[in-house]
Amino acid sequence: MHGLLASLQYGRWALPALLLIPLIGAGLIRFFGRSALPGQELQAAAWREVRVLALATFVAEAVVALGLWWWVDPDVAGYQAKLDYPWITDWGARFTIGVDGLSTVMILLTTLLMPLAVIGSWSVVTTKIRSYYSLLLLLTTGVIGVFVSLDLILFYVFWELMLIPMYFIIGIWGGRDRLQASLRYFIFTMLGSLLMLVAIVAVWMAAGETTFSVDALRAGNMSMSSQRWLFGAFFLAFAIKSAVFPFHTWLPDAQHEAPTTTAVALAVKVGAYGIVRFAMPLFPAAALDDGVRTIIIGLGVVGIVYGALVALVQPDFKKLVSYSSISHVGFIILGLFALSPQSVAGAMLVMVNTGVTSSAMMCALGMMHERRKTGRIENFGGIARVVPMMATLMTLIALSGIGLPGTNGFIGEFLVLLGSYTAYPIATVVAATGVVLGAVYALWAIQRVIFNPLDNPENRALKDLNARELGVLGTFAIVILWIGVAPGAVLHRLQGPATRFVTAISAGADRAPAAP
Amino acid sequence: MAVTHPLTGTVAELIWLVPLLPFLGFLINGVFSLSTAYLPGPLDPSQDPTSGHSGHTGEFAAVQATHHGHRHRWERATTIIGPAVVILSFLLAAAIAVTMIGAGSEAPFIQRYSTWMPAGTLQVEWAFQLDHLSMVMVLIITGIGSLIHLFSIGYMREDPGYARYFAYLNLFVVFMLALVLGANYPVIFVGWEGVGLCSYLLIGFWFSDSNNADAGKKAFIVNRVGDFGFLIAMFLLWSNLGALDFAGVAAKAATFPVGSGVITAICLFLFLGCAGKSAQMPLYIWLPDAMAGPTPVSALIHAATMVTAGVYLIARSSFLFALSPTASLTVVIVGGVTAIFAASIALKQWDIKKVLAYSTVSQLGYMFVGVGAGAYTAGVFHLVTHAFFKALLFLGSGSIIHAMHEAYHEGHAHHEDAQDMRNMGGLRHAMPWTWACMWVATLAIAGVPVFAGFFSKDEILGELFERAHGSTLANAHWLGIPGSAILYVFYGLGLVTAFMTAIYMTRMMIYTFHGESRTDPKARPHLREAPWIMTGPLAVLAVLSAAGGWLNLPEWFTEALPVGRGELLHHWLEPVVGPATVALTGAEPHTASSAEFALAAVAAACALGGILVAYLVLKPGKLTSASSSPEAHGVARMLEKKYFVDEVIHTLLVSPVIRVSRTLLWRGIDVGLIDGLMVNGSATVARGIAWVGARVQSGLVGNYAWAIALGVLGLVAVMTFG
Repeated sequence: MHGLLASLQYGRWALPALLLIPLIGAGLIRFFGRSALPGQELQAAAWREVRVLALATFVAEAVVALGLWWWVDPDVAGYQAKLDYPWITDWGARFTIGVDGLSTVMILLTTLLMPLAVIGSWSVVTTKIRSYYSLLLLLTTGVIGVFVSLDLILFYVFWELMLIPMYFIIGIWGGRDRLQASLRYFIFTMLGSLLMLVAIVAVWMAAGETTFSVDALRAGNMSMSSQRWLFGAFFLAFAIKSAVFPFHTWLPDAQHEAPTTTAVALAVKVGAYGIVRFAMPLFPAAALDDGVRTIIIGLGVVGIVYGALVALVQPDFKKLVSYSSISHVGFIILGLFALSPQSVAGAMLVMVNTGVTSSAMMCALGMMHERRKTGRIENFGGIARVVPMMATLMTLIALSGIGLPGTNGFIGEFLVLLGSYTAYPIATVVAATGVVLGAVYALWAIQRVIFNPLDNPENRALKDLNARELGVLGTFAIVILWIGVAPGAVLHRLQGPATRFVTAISAGADRAPAAP
Repeated sequence: MAVTHPLTGTVAELIWLVPLLPFLGFLINGVFSLSTAYLPGPLDPSQDPTSGHSGHTGEFAAVQATHHGHRHRWERATTIIGPAVVILSFLLAAAIAVTMIGAGSEAPFIQRYSTWMPAGTLQVEWAFQLDHLSMVMVLIITGIGSLIHLFSIGYMREDPGYARYFAYLNLFVVFMLALVLGANYPVIFVGWEGVGLCSYLLIGFWFSDSNNADAGKKAFIVNRVGDFGFLIAMFLLWSNLGALDFAGVAAKAATFPVGSGVITAICLFLFLGCAGKSAQMPLYIWLPDAMAGPTPVSALIHAATMVTAGVYLIARSSFLFALSPTASLTVVIVGGVTAIFAASIALKQWDIKKVLAYSTVSQLGYMFVGVGAGAYTAGVFHLVTHAFFKALLFLGSGSIIHAMHEAYHEGHAHHEDAQDMRNMGGLRHAMPWTWACMWVATLAIAGVPVFAGFFSKDEILGELFERAHGSTLANAHWLGIPGSAILYVFYGLGLVTAFMTAIYMTRMMIYTFHGESRTDPKARPHLREAPWIMTGPLAVLAVLSAAGGWLNLPEWFTEALPVGRGELLHHWLEPVVGPATVALTGAEPHTASSAEFALAAVAAACALGGILVAYLVLKPGKLTSASSSPEAHGVARMLEKKYFVDEVIHTLLVSPVIRVSRTLLWRGIDVGLIDGLMVNGSATVARGIAWVGARVQSGLVGNYAWAIALGVLGLVAVMTFG
């Protein structure tokens, strides 16, 4: 496979292609897709054209991305498929992109999730459909851009590029409370972004105003207190984006209001990726400062328990899933800051897992919402009788969410906790109670939705999954079991970056100057 | 290992096939189930005008309410595939066992299949470990499993979820086999949680009744509390010993001194896991509720196999427990207290399955007393005999419940509680086979001489008595209390428990089979014996319950009577648990045969005394039915209501957690503090600034001029004085 890709000179065009394909697709849809037509049949045909075009773009994107799986050698230190061009020469900002094992896995996750989500919610969006899919594609470019950027300014551009389409999608195609949700999303993320921009400029100035390259800035010499503040600004931006407690309250609303595909995109852990790629490597000494570490691990662990407890009492299933992701993010934080090879690799896998599992659940809930126009748990009950396949797959997804061995969820949480125990025994024990609490909220919700008496007459006529939906949820199920039983392939791609991350951060922290 | 293992190249290499066969069964039955199962209509109580809340309680309520005899579309195929895969597994396991006996190997036979979790220095493998202990468990699981699968054909055939039932049951066997065959703790944990999942699904099998769904959920959650302990134990192992596979852990553990705090912590957390899975105090609360599942499930999962996993885990980890007298004594104490506590509750239960459930909790307590005291063989021996007689008792009760339901249905009688023993009585006439088999099991569990339970229970109590003096355990201290005192006390309590066991079991037999029938007269003529597919397994288990003691006869018995060699199981398990046993007992303190005989005589007297007391007190002719029984008072009420433990937990734990989560965390912190005060607060501030800004940007040139003037003045001031 590697030979084939080499003969195609894959490394030279793959990353630019990943950035451009969604833009081209968005352009095609925006300018060539037919707009609203008179008559229902013509209208439906036009819609189908737009959807097919969008899906084709996403599939093309996924196919190109799939090459990275074989192309990137995770055991090689440094970035691969790297491209580097001058950009804003006055500032020293360059167009530098490249990937390692972690970004490969994150890109694959994103590009494979999107077509699944588009298929899974095929006919949900029915208004301004061309704009919707254009924005969704634009969003994809933003997400991929974040995963490939190796220059802070370039990264910041893509980071903000994610914000805008998301804001409009939630605000226009969202549910009843969409305006409130999109505004809250905007305020939260904007606040984080601006602080991060200030920090980026500060780092640049401290390093002599010549470069924004992530690698070059790593050795930046700064006083401990300014490092701490700047790290705080970066961490805040990423913590908000990945919904770390207590910066999480935008997520349940945004995911609840957003259409399924966008809710899926929200689940992709760009924020957590930012912590690994930027926040910690740029300020290793601050990240490993005892006080900072204690506070952040504290937030992570409290978030695990807090998210689980609040998930327990949610009357709406989608919000329950959001709070469960908030709980899972705590594991990522704990794993990253405990800084052992196992805990970091585990944290990276949890990033993937929350992407897979909460997206799968969002898709399933979207399908349920299409049927019943409600997501409130109390409106269901006993539906396993009428929709056995949906019930089976939902149960499997829920079990993956609570880390049942044999599913992906277990591997990530197990490695995080196992790797964190030596350094942080008490935090790990508290985090492990999440295992119990997870079972409580997940099984209670599953019981109230798919078990118990089938007592709501409106649920009697529910239709089970059709072939399209079965294909989507079935694919998720396969991924869940594949990572659970044979995680080697994924872990192999994460372990190299994780081990190098641990070494780099520990070494960087040792080199740092003492506080003045 | 440079030397080739004697089992290499033999049928033992096919050990992977043992769990794979049931897994294939699960896949096939699962497909059958999804293609047809639980469609709306026939199963739906609210669509059937005759049902509703007419008093259909207990098992079969859902089935009875519908067309009787509505069978699953794939019923024939399921009937063949479901049991066949397990029977084939058993045959293969038996062949492997025979090979093992012939090979006479001592070292475990480890088969590595692939790397499961590679993460830096951590390399967890998918690996099976076949040794003398896991072989015993594999035979029990597939052997008893086969019988229960066969019984299930008769019991579940009418159920519309027939294929789903067998799919779950097959999957359970898969995970249970993984649990006992795993060569490292994480693989065991896969089986450990997997059986918990199947238990959850099977307890809530008739999920349309929310009580059943509740019971399943409760089982899973309480088990997860235990699993939390198991996880922490694994983290401690990795953190301190740097290994998770048995060979690695055993090698590293040997470098720790006896009484090491780390090892004690590991053992105690492991035991928390065991307490969850094996229903010990305080985590026993899920098991009685688990009786909501179909009765063969109770027999297989909640009596013979899954609930004994904790005992297995301690025997498997004997090299750790041998280093920690404190943890071992804790196991004795928890097991002993659970045994007598559960036995006392069993004395006043009316639901036949609840009696058996509390009895199981109590008997598991015995097993823990055994393995806690370092009598690993005795604990495993009781595990084996208990699997025989308790599976038999549960299947027998299933046979009764099945007959009661059929009779109520056919006699068009008012449905009373078909599991309440007060509504039974005199069943020996209608069900002679079930009656005879259950008496065998009752004598076995009560510990009447020469029945299986007598030897196993006697061995536990006898070894406890032996170790109470002079052993490492007796010389150790538990929170300042001498180990010797603890062992003597629990020997005494063990005898009391044996006495109570005999009482509640005899009470159960008298209420169900003896005296006059108290069943609704309309249903009475329709009571009849179960079909052969159900009585057959009962008969096989009855033989095992009667003769199972031959597996490990004590020496005083083999010396007195020509019955072949004694202590077979002891010798068989020697390579696995021998070193740990010696470590905990000191040198092998062997009591004289005469003393052992005396101890056995005391135990037998307790059993016979209990039976006699129950018979004298209950007077079979004077029992009353459920509707005419008076409310219980005082101690009896306390026991009948199970010491109100569930109510206390609900009030003190469940409702507060939900209330705090809802009002304080969600509405208070999330919606109130973070969103309300901070987010919306900052929005309000922003709006305020915007308001000021809007006033400022009035578009009136005069205002701007003023502003510019003030600004210039300000700048000048700063430059002058700054």
